[in-house]
Amino acid sequence: MKVLAVSGSLRADSHNTRLLEEAAAAAPSGVEVELFDPAQIAELPLYDQDLEGDAPVSVERLREAWGEADAILFATPEYNGSVPGGLKNAIDWASRPKLEAALTNQTVAVVGASTGQFGAIWAQNDLRRILGIAGARVVGEGLPVARAQEGFSEQLQPQLHEVLQLLVEAAQPVEDGVAA
Amino acid sequence: MSTIETFAPVGNWAADPVHSNVSFEVGYAGVNTFRGGFKAFTASLTGDTLEGSAQVASVDVKDEQLNGHLQTPDFFDAQRFPEITFTATELTREGQTVRGKGELTIKGVTKPIELTGTIADAPSTDPFGRERLGLRLESSVDRTEYGVSWNAPNQSGGNYLADDVKLIAELALVRQEG
Repeated sequence: MKVLAVSGSLRADSHNTRLLEEAAAAAPSGVEVELFDPAQIAELPLYDQDLEGDAPVSVERLREAWGEADAILFATPEYNGSVPGGLKNAIDWASRPKLEAALTNQTVAVVGASTGQFGAIWAQNDLRRILGIAGARVVGEGLPVARAQEGFSEQLQPQLHEVLQLLVEAAQPVEDGVAA
Repeated sequence: MSTIETFAPVGNWAADPVHSNVSFEVGYAGVNTFRGGFKAFTASLTGDTLEGSAQVASVDVKDEQLNGHLQTPDFFDAQRFPEITFTATELTREGQTVRGKGELTIKGVTKPIELTGTIADAPSTDPFGRERLGLRLESSVDRTEYGVSWNAPNQSGGNYLADDVKLIAELALVRQEG
């Protein structure tokens, strides 16, 4: 099973990208965590319904990658108390057209790191709400990782392992309306 | 000595989808009532047993965006649970007043429910020679018990959507041949 790991931070030395690298190292057996290149979020145009008919290549690439993944793990920083604009813009593109979008029924979980004491919890709560409205199957309650500049604790890998375990269990295909 | 009335005239009765409605009412913003329904459903009545189902993808409210949101995992999760099903047994009547018990399944969760309603005194025959019977049933359920838990906080306190939802089936039943 392939979990795509999407960081909401674009900077090279991002705590949230490092958090996803930790997740990759903590993956349950049989689960491959692949980092989505943050540059692919940076190159998206701002969402514009007028561009829907002939979507730019960057948008097509995003939709293909997010749609083909078995599940997506998002890691978000917190900008002014919420989700970074770039990540929100990517979600807006990936939520269209309604009910046929890359995010429709896609199984997702959210974690987040910040340099403050609350671990981007507001951004994570907003992101979970946004992803639900975008049509995704949102799993878990988030994982706040505080004071990320001081390094990650030893407890982080087991916590990420648990997040991924829940995510891949919820992403199992279903038959006849009953989870396998 | 009381007599037990037969619930419905002998035969199999099926809902005419054009003249029947399956709908829901839920409080919102603490002060209003929101209504919606399902366009695609079936219902059949034999003796004192009613069986029905509604297609989640046919959910119908006055906003296309909300129709879409209602089908996602935030609400009914149409991909995994495409059907809502319902069975009522032990339907009884006293005159036009109906009571009964049933089981309702939403998102794979089955719970017992209590029903009240009304039924026509006797069938009528329509211009095309078909026998028709009117049955209205209502029940109140806590949607969160079925995993339909989406909500948002009101700025003035409390939640935007109520947990209790009234379900209403207004069935135009037609006697089936044979």
